[in-house]
Amino acid sequence: MISGDKIKEIESLALRIRKHIIEMICAAGSGHPGGSLSAADIITVLYFYKMKHNPKEPNWPDRDRFVMSKGHAAPVLYSALAEAGYFPISYLKTLRSVGSSLQGHIDMLSLPGIEMSTGSLGQGLSAANGMALAGKLDKKNYRVYCMIGDGESQEGQIWEAAMTSGHRKLDNLTAILDNNKYQIDGKVEDIKGIEPIEDKFKAFRWNVIKCSGHDIKSIISAFEEAEKTKNKPTMIIADTIKGKGVSFMEANPKDFHGRAPTKEEKQTAIEALCKLENL
Amino acid sequence: MKNKAATRDAYGKTLAELGKINNNIVVLDADLAASTKTGIFAKEFPERFFDMGVAEQDMISTAAGLAACGKIAFASTFAVFGSGRAWEQVRMSLAYTRLNVKVVVTHAGITTGEDGASHQANEDIAIMRVLPNMTVIVPADYIEACKVIKAAVDFHGPMYIRLSRIATPIVYENKDYNYKIGQGIVLKEGKDAVVFACGIMVAIALEAAEALKSEGISTKVVNIHTIKPLDKELIISSAKETGAVVCAEEHSIIGGLGGAVAEVLSENHATPIERVGINDVFGESGKPDELLEKYGLTAGHIISSVKHVISRKK
Repeated sequence: MISGDKIKEIESLALRIRKHIIEMICAAGSGHPGGSLSAADIITVLYFYKMKHNPKEPNWPDRDRFVMSKGHAAPVLYSALAEAGYFPISYLKTLRSVGSSLQGHIDMLSLPGIEMSTGSLGQGLSAANGMALAGKLDKKNYRVYCMIGDGESQEGQIWEAAMTSGHRKLDNLTAILDNNKYQIDGKVEDIKGIEPIEDKFKAFRWNVIKCSGHDIKSIISAFEEAEKTKNKPTMIIADTIKGKGVSFMEANPKDFHGRAPTKEEKQTAIEALCKLENL
Repeated sequence: MKNKAATRDAYGKTLAELGKINNNIVVLDADLAASTKTGIFAKEFPERFFDMGVAEQDMISTAAGLAACGKIAFASTFAVFGSGRAWEQVRMSLAYTRLNVKVVVTHAGITTGEDGASHQANEDIAIMRVLPNMTVIVPADYIEACKVIKAAVDFHGPMYIRLSRIATPIVYENKDYNYKIGQGIVLKEGKDAVVFACGIMVAIALEAAEALKSEGISTKVVNIHTIKPLDKELIISSAKETGAVVCAEEHSIIGGLGGAVAEVLSENHATPIERVGINDVFGESGKPDELLEKYGLTAGHIISSVKHVISRKK
């Protein structure tokens, strides 16, 4: 059982990561805050509780792998990597600027700790399958984690990949669907509905677990159940809120899919997040 | 040149041989293992072979994941699907990442034959060579294809290797020649014109050069097996020597070998050029030989292009 203190620590790290996200996107003047904020708690659990990894040895062969298939959520991953010590936190403000390793979408060649370049949706889950297959072939115990988006699940390749994971019984793979219910053009259900998404993955021979994507305990128990599941890949459908933690973004998720906050908005957001931290 | 063999057969045989000595090699196919000849590897090393089903995009990105864990991944399907259907996966997951994946495609060009236009990739060289970090190779015959596959294992990074369905003449009766990625090979010296050729057009270019010789025209023939990185030095020096260039490829005249040579020469040593290739049209069903004739890819077409380009010399 995870201690209450540990949960508090993860929650407070997730808040710090949220602040980084807001600040770096504001500094860049562009980026995708909504889908980074919705993923923040899950990513924090992965990098500070669940995954075996070593910032001092990013290419450690036995490390767990994480693929951010929804590559526009780069800021949440960069923030977690910086907090974990892969590079200095001060570097985060270079996001999206010329010469920076913090590309608008994730580039594996420019930063330590990045397992796969993403940004063109739909490809990360296939790559994660490849890593899981390699792990089985090499008889390694590492796990592969992959986060996909709900909008991203409209990509055909997600289903090609889902069929591969299920067919090949990749039980060393845990995927997380960041189900924040919005995409650029509006509500996923209005644009091209993906429901019943649980049934879809079950039909593709996945073990499916639902969790609350902002409840640390719920996230952790989903990961633990996934780890225990044999002969099937696990999809964790995480119920999340786009823009989570910043009320005016939560209220207007479509606007904040791919828009940077203004300086005033940033100030409001940071103040709100600081208040949460002091609760 | 009496002996004939298909480059795809060279691939299947060589891959299975290499599989024995290199445990790191993994192979993926998209439901065409019997046709691409990866089935030979699959039979010997089933645990290192992944049939991805009819899902080329998934195949390419999965190969990227395997390569990210240190595997040398070969991914095969027909040229039209490996280059076209999965182009963006090749761009994003392989070229951008420089991962060690070899996209080895078969059934390239019009000699795919009876399957018709849907299956005849005449645009693949163009869309692959435009990608940064990609190496693009079209072996001239069975012998060269064996050498290319071996070289591919020793080369780190993404590659596109283009093979044919049908048995074509052996160019390299002497198997012991030295093959190097990116280095063109002069097969015949000549002073009136040079033919740069790749793939099955190399043998046809040699045939044309023989015929031209009997008419008193001395034609240099160069095998440009690597379209990218292009052997610029050899292309420029050959153009300087002869003053007249013909490019011959089983591919669209747009964007392939002819396009690449024209880019280099127009910037470095402007020379009259004629391009022998598919003239910006789709193919159709038919026997390979009939299609080569109908779509302008015979020795006769090279001969008339050589004569025409010589007449354009100033």
